Amino acid sequence: MMHVFANFWLGKLNLQALPPNAIQWFGALLMISVPIGLAVFLTVTKRWKWLYKEWLTTQDPKKIGVMYIIVAVAMLLRGAADVALIKTQQSISVGHSMGILSSSHFQQIVTAHGTIMIFFVAMGLMFGLFNLIVPLQIGARDVAFPFLNATSFWLFFSGMVLVNLSLILGDFAATGWLAYPPLSELRYSPTVGVDYWIWSLEIAGVGSLLSGINFLVTILKMRVKGMNLMKMPMFCWSVLGSTLLIAFAFPILTVCLTLLALDRDIGTHFFTAGGGGNMMMYVNLIWAWGHPEVYILVLPAFGVYSEVVATFSRKRLFGYTSMVWAIMAIVLLSFIVWLHHFFTMGAGSDVNAFFGIMTMIIAIPTGVKIFNWLFTMYRGKIRLESPMLWFIGFVVLFTIGGMAGVMMAVPPIDFQLHNSLFLIAHFHMMIVGGVLFADFAAITYWFPKIFGFRLNERLGRIAFWCWLIGFLLSFIPLYILGFMGATRRLDHYAAGLGWQQLFIVSAIGAAVIGIGVGVQILQLVYSYFSRRNNLDLSGDPWDGRSLEWSTPSPVPFYNFAKTPHVTERDAFWVAKRHNLKDTRPYEDIEIPKNTPLAMIIAAGALAFGFAVVWHIWWLAVIGLLTSVVSLIVRSMDEHTERIIKAEEIERLDKLYSGGLSR
Amino acid sequence: MSSLRADDVDVLVSRHQPEQATLKGYVIGFGSSIILTMTAYLLARYGLLDKPIMVALLATLALAQFAVQLIYFLHVGREFSPRLKLMVMLTMMLIVFILVAGSIWIMNSLNGRMMNTKQMVQYMNNQNNL
Ligand SMILES: [Cu+2]
Repeated sequence: MMHVFANFWLGKLNLQALPPNAIQWFGALLMISVPIGLAVFLTVTKRWKWLYKEWLTTQDPKKIGVMYIIVAVAMLLRGAADVALIKTQQSISVGHSMGILSSSHFQQIVTAHGTIMIFFVAMGLMFGLFNLIVPLQIGARDVAFPFLNATSFWLFFSGMVLVNLSLILGDFAATGWLAYPPLSELRYSPTVGVDYWIWSLEIAGVGSLLSGINFLVTILKMRVKGMNLMKMPMFCWSVLGSTLLIAFAFPILTVCLTLLALDRDIGTHFFTAGGGGNMMMYVNLIWAWGHPEVYILVLPAFGVYSEVVATFSRKRLFGYTSMVWAIMAIVLLSFIVWLHHFFTMGAGSDVNAFFGIMTMIIAIPTGVKIFNWLFTMYRGKIRLESPMLWFIGFVVLFTIGGMAGVMMAVPPIDFQLHNSLFLIAHFHMMIVGGVLFADFAAITYWFPKIFGFRLNERLGRIAFWCWLIGFLLSFIPLYILGFMGATRRLDHYAAGLGWQQLFIVSAIGAAVIGIGVGVQILQLVYSYFSRRNNLDLSGDPWDGRSLEWSTPSPVPFYNFAKTPHVTERDAFWVAKRHNLKDTRPYEDIEIPKNTPLAMIIAAGALAFGFAVVWHIWWLAVIGLLTSVVSLIVRSMDEHTERIIKAEEIERLDKLYSGGLSR
Repeated sequence: MSSLRADDVDVLVSRHQPEQATLKGYVIGFGSSIILTMTAYLLARYGLLDKPIMVALLATLALAQFAVQLIYFLHVGREFSPRLKLMVMLTMMLIVFILVAGSIWIMNSLNGRMMNTKQMVQYMNNQNNL
């Protein structure tokens, strides 16, 4: 009787879901202490109301962008803690020593590291930048669908919470970050780990899809008058490419995860070994999403570099049209290469050869972009400030990593290198060197626009050198180890192999990166407290070229007091050179009202996800109903916007342009 | 011009077209998509037809479903025709084609190189005798 009762209310949840050993208890307590610490801080400083009114219910893309970046940075720290454990284990688990982690725990950590870094760090930073910069660059005051935008953020947040809950209750997938069946099927992974993985990605993935569509429509429909597509800043072009990929690729992920969930929860046989299922179809489908995902992340990074290089070389971007074509070629080609992730699965040589050649072709538009940046620098007045340093670091790493990638595009070579640490070194060079460095460059570059003061340059440089040196120290050994036969997700190896020194070098490299992260945190704190010395009063600290620099820093909530006037590329640059003054009158502005409904929809989704993981069906129903009802309530609401009068805008504009400091 | 609103989007979809999305349209769409899904499910679950006929039938039902979604929910064919919409539509067709044709090609190739059950048993026996 008791049992039935507990089963109904708690599903599969029981005391055994709590962490099994000291290390995992430590992780769980650390994870709990973050929200508790925050709650105490907010209560003591009486900031709950402020938080609710200014942040949680906001529909201002700039604030949503900042929240994305805060979550992503927090997750970067979580992912870095995972790295510390992985590297420690790999340095000491040799021969008779088994290291500090059990094999299954190690696999969970590696899976969590990959999942978190891709979905919650790289994607989070990317969407954060979209929100902060895209409306400003196209001269818009908002995104196309502000409520949808807030909902996307909160869905992303819910997915993040679900991943981290697995530290406290139950376990996480021990399957690798893409959870191939049959290992991820119920028979071989009977715990809730894979379910946590499925539902957190499912929820965050829907958020990404909605956000992708939102920014696609924003760029196509919300550009200021006069800015046709070929006059857009290159960052917006790259976002357009990225969002096109999101719109077409993310549905594949959603379907793929749903099918796996059906296999696990209601006993279908899509990817099982028996019953007519085919696990190879999962691998095929997940990579049909997975390869475009790489370019979803890297295209906006290319966009950031295009902005940074042009600004810091004080030249217009070289080869604008060829850049646009390169982006569009990459968008199309990235749908025709997915098999290069599973050359070894056993398709015929004709299939492998086709996808191998396609993969090599995609290197061409990428190369075009690299040369365009170099030609932009050629004879430019280059200022080597830290955004530019990140760019140069990127060129070095991306070229090495890219050549390793072209190598692996050759199927016979891939048969040697598949699943080895060589591959790990390759894709970390692309994602860290390409995407993360771009995010750091972007944060340094646009920080004054959002917060009104610059980050400390000196600490920024130190952080850069720590990252670059640490990165090379950490990953060059992995290339060598890969050649020697070390496989990925390796938690133990024989002493006679002679790998330990290289693993230790790699761990030292990771520690140097860790110092870099520490310096970055210090940079943020120090810059905040010394902000009086680096205030950006002009609104244009770098002598910028695109429209965002025409606004005062920090950008007022309405972005532009008057809609900007655009006739050419680099509109702000042109306006500055010709000293154009806008004499048109101010106009009324419509902005969306705050609402908690976006948050409530996502909270429903979170409850639903958690409930399905643990088979608590009553909660699943409540969660789903919460989301659906909130959605209906919102759809019925006709009064979602408020008007700000022209006189008020004029007053605020005079105030801000007068150099208002915080 | 702070943001696109629902009616703006309708304008994008069907500018000055009198034929607004009606309740009737949605009901027809909803009903027919359910009928198509159920038919496909029942056929696959209980259908006693030959395999090739079954495959052809299921494929037809899937295409019909696709058409229903496009016509009744995405209102394709009723918009005033911006080039943009046509381009998006064609891109979608192209990518769906790449993914479907590519997957069939890949999975067929993999399938052709799989052992049948007899060979598998033989192989496993050989391995055990080692
Ligand atoms: Cu790929």
